Amino acid sequence: MTAGQVIYTLWLREMKWLVRAKSRLVASVVQPFLWLAIIGVGMSSTFGAIPGTNITFLQFMTSGVIGMTLLFSSTMAGVSVLWDKQFGFMKEILVAPVSRTQIMLGKVLGGMTTSILQGLLLLVAAAAVGIRPSGIVELLQVLVFMVLISASFVSIGLAFASRMEDPIAFPIVMNFLIMPLFFLSGGMYVTSTAPGWLSFLSRLDPLTYGVDGIRTAVLGTSQLSQFSIWLDFAVLGVFTVAMILLGSYLFKKIKA
Amino acid sequence: MNYAIEAHGLTKKFGDLTAVNRVNLEIGNGEIFGLLGPNGAGKTTLIHMLSTILPPTSGMAKVAGSDIHKDPDSVRKAIGIVFQEPSLDNRLTGKENLDFHGRMYGMTKEQRDERIKKVLEIVGLSNRANVLIQNYSGGMKRRLEMARGLMHHPRILFLDEPTLGLDPQTRRVIWDHIRLLNEVEKVTIILTTHYIEEADYLCNRVAIIDRGKIVALDKPNALKNKLKGDVVSINISNPEKYLDIFRKNRLVKKAKVVDGTLHLQVSSGEQSIPKLLDLAKEHGGQVHTVSLSRPTLEDVFIYYTGRAIREEAAPDHARMGRIAMAHGMR
Repeated sequence: MTAGQVIYTLWLREMKWLVRAKSRLVASVVQPFLWLAIIGVGMSSTFGAIPGTNITFLQFMTSGVIGMTLLFSSTMAGVSVLWDKQFGFMKEILVAPVSRTQIMLGKVLGGMTTSILQGLLLLVAAAAVGIRPSGIVELLQVLVFMVLISASFVSIGLAFASRMEDPIAFPIVMNFLIMPLFFLSGGMYVTSTAPGWLSFLSRLDPLTYGVDGIRTAVLGTSQLSQFSIWLDFAVLGVFTVAMILLGSYLFKKIKA
Repeated sequence: MNYAIEAHGLTKKFGDLTAVNRVNLEIGNGEIFGLLGPNGAGKTTLIHMLSTILPPTSGMAKVAGSDIHKDPDSVRKAIGIVFQEPSLDNRLTGKENLDFHGRMYGMTKEQRDERIKKVLEIVGLSNRANVLIQNYSGGMKRRLEMARGLMHHPRILFLDEPTLGLDPQTRRVIWDHIRLLNEVEKVTIILTTHYIEEADYLCNRVAIIDRGKIVALDKPNALKNKLKGDVVSINISNPEKYLDIFRKNRLVKKAKVVDGTLHLQVSSGEQSIPKLLDLAKEHGGQVHTVSLSRPTLEDVFIYYTGRAIREEAAPDHARMGRIAMAHGMR
């Protein structure tokens, strides 16, 4: 059987869950809206435009909130592997005559779809208050960065999940990774004016390049961009490939 | 002859513990073959090796004509397996679980739809096809897992403790389904069990497995006939003392003490009991109860292992084996 069929089968299963778990879907969409509607609007009215520009804080942090949403939901997608282990379904998957890499890619695609859907809903909400990519090219740029962020962080989540057993412990462990990655990404503040050590750490954070890329595309200006959009793309692209490879390597050794 | 399963010297070690110890097996096509033994005897480990889930420490096996080392994918395509622990997706319906399986085994849409209808019919779940698994009873889940194991037309179906934890009535239903699918689908069935009645009722041949070794293998009736006669169980104070006395008596073919009760093998129970009781009295023995039993597989098991097959009687090493196996799986 072809790899495509296996990947599609696993993806389809995750989509059926998504459609059935409506409360989960609603909750994961509402939370980022609250960030934009309350924190974003509140901060904008307090501080006005970012110094030296005509960009409001709400406009600035939209890309940060999109990056945050993708980061959170992507890494947490790995928990499905732990529930599969818990309910014994992983044995059914692993005893089938298919390769582990195909299984892993199916899971990656499922997790990506879920988090990109959330990212798109956010994009729609932001457009409703006037924050939208100026053209089709910019929109495609945003989509490319969404794909890269979700692919890389779903892979990281799966890599962790393949080595763990406990679905309750998983989100707690992942939070140790997620929080610093989000805080350092420059989603909520301008890193170029931050102290040198912070700016340095921020450059080591792969999410920084994702948020920076989305920001350039959404705002249609590089006034507040740290790097060129091509550098963002290159760094994040390499990181994504590396994480998919790491994920499939660890997934090969998974035990039911 | 072409065997469904052929194993030579199959061995699995977990650290110091040998869970399966140089097992040789030849199982014919179309058989219902039983692996009977207490928990921790190595049944599940053996099945996991044959189904390519666990690599053996040494030894070889051919399953459906393919080598488990060299061609695990061909083995996987040719077998279906129902695990001891549940392995269904609770959030999908019965039909969706089967459909997932069919897709994973490369079946086309037409093949899947046709097959789902058929296997649901065999296990009597046609009217439950579109119900979520979380609303299935334990027996229904088991039957659906069997249907799933059959989806891709396997030549061999492994059933690991198919009726564990089910009530006696449900157990009957499952047994009848196992027979039915053996007849209708012509599939070879290898099942593990620690229920004597199950092995007796279902299996063409039974292997008694204890501490990782096969200690006896034959048709259930042939195993029972080997005991040649009835078993008189005498509950007597201080049974060890009378063991030798009874052994010297010419009526008694074999004598053992199991769980504080004397088990005496005699050719005719009815005629022997009065004489045996007289003998006990002569030596001042106080007999509490006497019972007579025709040989059962349980007696066969006791005969070969010196122990009754009961969960709580599983020796420490067997329990350790279970833990080791759990680690092996993880």
